[in-house]
Amino acid sequence: MQQQDYVSQIHRCFRCGYCKFPTDYSSFNCPPYKRFRFDTYSTGGRLWLIYGWLKGEIEWSERLAEVLYTCTTCKNCTEQCPMRFAPDIVDWIVGARSDMVEKGRIPPRVAHFFESVYGYGNPLKLLRSDRAAWANGTKMYASGDEYLLYVGCLGSYDENGQKMARSLVDMLNAAGVSFGILGSDEECCGNEIYMLGEMGLFQNLVEKNNQKFKELGVKKIVAICPHGYNAMKNRYPALGASFEVYHYTQLLADLVKGKKLKPFQSKAKVTYQDPCFLGRYNNIYDEPRQILQSIPGVELMEMEKNRIDAFCCGGGSGNFIMDLLAGGEESPARVRIREAYATGADTLAVACPSCLTMFTDAVKSEDLEDKLAVKDISQIVKESLTAKKK
Amino acid sequence: MSDVYEALVKIVGKDYASNHHEERYFYGRDPGLMTPHEADCVVMPKTTEEVQEIVKLANKEKVPIVPKGAGLALTGLVIPLKGGIVIDMKRMDRILEVNEGARYVVVEGGVTHGALRDYLNKHHPNLRNSLPESPPITTIAANVVIHGQGRLTNQYGFNSDMVNGLEVVLPTGEVCKIGSCSVGPYWFSKGPPLPDLSGLFLGWLGTTGILTKVGLKLYPKKKIKDLEVLVTDKEDLIPDIIFKITHTEMVEDLAIWAQERPLMFRGNYHINIFLTADSEDELEMKRKMVYDSVQEYVDSKDAGFMTINLDMRRDFMDNPQKSMTAFADVRRGGGFEYAGPIIPMELYPECARKVAELAIKHRVVYGGSGRVIHGGHCMMFSFAYTFNRADLDEMGRARKALHEAAEFVADKGGVLWKPNIDEQKIMMERMDPNTLKLMTDIKKLLDPNGIMNPGNWEAK
Ligand SMILES: Cc1cc2nc3c(=O)[nH]c(=O)nc-3n(C[C@H](O)[C@H](O)[C@H](O)COP(=O)(O)OP(=O)(O)OC[C@H]3O[C@@H](n4cnc5c(N)ncnc54)[C@H](O)[C@@H]3O)c2cc1C
Ligand code: SF4
Ligand code: SF4
Repeated sequence: MQQQDYVSQIHRCFRCGYCKFPTDYSSFNCPPYKRFRFDTYSTGGRLWLIYGWLKGEIEWSERLAEVLYTCTTCKNCTEQCPMRFAPDIVDWIVGARSDMVEKGRIPPRVAHFFESVYGYGNPLKLLRSDRAAWANGTKMYASGDEYLLYVGCLGSYDENGQKMARSLVDMLNAAGVSFGILGSDEECCGNEIYMLGEMGLFQNLVEKNNQKFKELGVKKIVAICPHGYNAMKNRYPALGASFEVYHYTQLLADLVKGKKLKPFQSKAKVTYQDPCFLGRYNNIYDEPRQILQSIPGVELMEMEKNRIDAFCCGGGSGNFIMDLLAGGEESPARVRIREAYATGADTLAVACPSCLTMFTDAVKSEDLEDKLAVKDISQIVKESLTAKKK
Repeated sequence: MSDVYEALVKIVGKDYASNHHEERYFYGRDPGLMTPHEADCVVMPKTTEEVQEIVKLANKEKVPIVPKGAGLALTGLVIPLKGGIVIDMKRMDRILEVNEGARYVVVEGGVTHGALRDYLNKHHPNLRNSLPESPPITTIAANVVIHGQGRLTNQYGFNSDMVNGLEVVLPTGEVCKIGSCSVGPYWFSKGPPLPDLSGLFLGWLGTTGILTKVGLKLYPKKKIKDLEVLVTDKEDLIPDIIFKITHTEMVEDLAIWAQERPLMFRGNYHINIFLTADSEDELEMKRKMVYDSVQEYVDSKDAGFMTINLDMRRDFMDNPQKSMTAFADVRRGGGFEYAGPIIPMELYPECARKVAELAIKHRVVYGGSGRVIHGGHCMMFSFAYTFNRADLDEMGRARKALHEAAEFVADKGGVLWKPNIDEQKIMMERMDPNTLKLMTDIKKLLDPNGIMNPGNWEAK
């Protein structure tokens, strides 16, 4: 791992602020900057503070660490920065975090996140034995199954994530897909652990997971969560993985295209949130939209900032639990809910359990529960199939 | 200072005031080469009333205040040289009014160029303002405070000439309206036919008041934009070429650039000629007039029109031009600063030679670019040098190159634009003593406690 490169490179940020914006400069698109508004919370602020820390001009403090950890690793900055180093910005931030981890200088909430994953295999600090409590008889993976469905921590434990997992399982069953889950043998994917800079723990998790996948002869994984998809797609191979990985929207899009799933008439005005780890990280923008557009009667209404310009829900880098950006009208999830509502849509479709959790809370804080439903794409597809049966 | 911090919290709320070291450190420096000095507090007001309260507090406590937009003037103008409170204006971000018929907009003191560009594109697609090439986070108020220039400067003058009225919080805390808005609801003039008081604030680098609202002229946005690039290797011809092109009155913006990297550009002077029109016929007519105006130089093979590839065209046509910012990292160093004196056109050849000469002398990489102002009455010439932020020696050399450039131009009769404190001294040393006294008296009258961005425009 090359995080340490940041030390010799980080001075290159000019603090010009392009990274604060989306492509059209319409509003601020770096979630912590939007939330806190001090320049210190923007990408440039963060990079300059890290550089100041490296030079010894600024002491470590809990606040410095918080500034560093409010970055949701959403990658808006890498899309907008005009410099050649743009693709490396998040790696620099992760590099600095890994240094802070090594020195034991992290905010308490981050430490708690690590301890939970270390001790319980999930950041919610819930019992391993309860990991499959949602599963309701879902088949365990057995050799010969085409896919391993990797459910992830939120899909396994979080109330909203569980709903998402159940509807996806129903969809895969309805389409006759051969798959199984790991149940209580499943372990955290490590994506957030990596982004938070705990490289030792990340490596452990990857090795354990890779080992398990190998033992079971897993060839294809379908991940519910874009975070897990990202780690498995982009980080696991360097540590010995040899399986194909898909996000569930890719699989559902294929099933719809191949007429294995035939969504029935539905009536909804739907807007869609591109999850950072699906969109900006992995360039998957079309498949989720194809699924939604395949549902007769669904009108897809784009938010002003979409695709590479989508505004992050604020949950990345473990913030769906640690919530360092929480509170107030300017919290990213609440801002985004207002943007979604402004489209005139009645449903906000998501493809990520972290987005689902963040927005389900935010829609309540905005008092829009009755006007804007927050649903995962598989739930929307499932409802359209159920409508057919009625 | 903890009392001041507590008082600021009372004014703006605890989320928008800070005395943490992280903010004091960051707001104590800018991306340029001036020596940092930490702030004591940073505050982000949302309303004019909050700005007033902050100013009154600063007077009571005799604490300096420094208004800040994006801090991208690069010349240390937002560094709190004597500590105190940095006021980050960017939460005052409302676009208050567009009067389509009278072609003006009224914005709050922290509205960014990016936000206004987007707003006009979406809501008034037939109007535009004179956008500078600075990053989109830079603010309109700061740009007019420093007499900035933009894409419409060749046609209409300095961006500060396009101001149509101001609301200012005076250094003693009163709110004052300047221009037609002082007598009625309209923002169509910053002065005439009244005495033009905007001059008390424009060009003063935040030392005479805080702009909380700016009225700004807007201009027709033509349907078609195009670009021609004329190249010559003879810098001595540039003034005459510009004279001839500006005679046509057909050109929107005229920017001249010379740089040593990449090598293909070395030794040549490029004139970007921006054309706009509402129809192909209009465009062709303008293009032909421009061609005709410089035909003699093309015939003599002293100049020629350059073919530009798609990427270059896209970059030049974009406004702001992102590559100008990327110049900071051409050598992977993350830094550049420019001295940008305003000069008469005839000084171009000497400046063009000097920028390269100083680069060799101080072993730094240069970019020399100019923007024609108001049909050729003068131009901004930028002596830009990159530096590696991690190389103190190179930073020192770039600083020396900039300082020598400033002295050189001042000796020639140029006027230093957005001058850093050393350059302000260079200007004040050369200034007519009565002019300097008038400036000093005005400043003392407006700011009796000397709290406004102290260190700047200080005669002694
Ligand atoms: C790559 C690049 C390209 C550039 N190109 C151009 C260009 O084409 N044209 C151009 O004009 N400039 C250009 N600049 C210079 C500069 O960035 C711009 O002029 C910019 O508009 C300054 O705005 P700012 O918000 O960064 O100002 P700041 O640096 O924040 O402030 C500048 C001055 O204004 C004062 N100030 C700020 N806000 C207020 C207020 N509300 N009331 C009173 N005083 C205030 C500050 O105290 C300071 O003295 C460029 C800079 C860069 C880095
Ligand atoms: S990260 Fe890039 S865009 Fe952001 S401030 Fe630094 S140089 Fe500018
Ligand atoms: S990754 Fe996102 S949150 Fe982090 S600095 Fe970049 S834009 Fe801001």
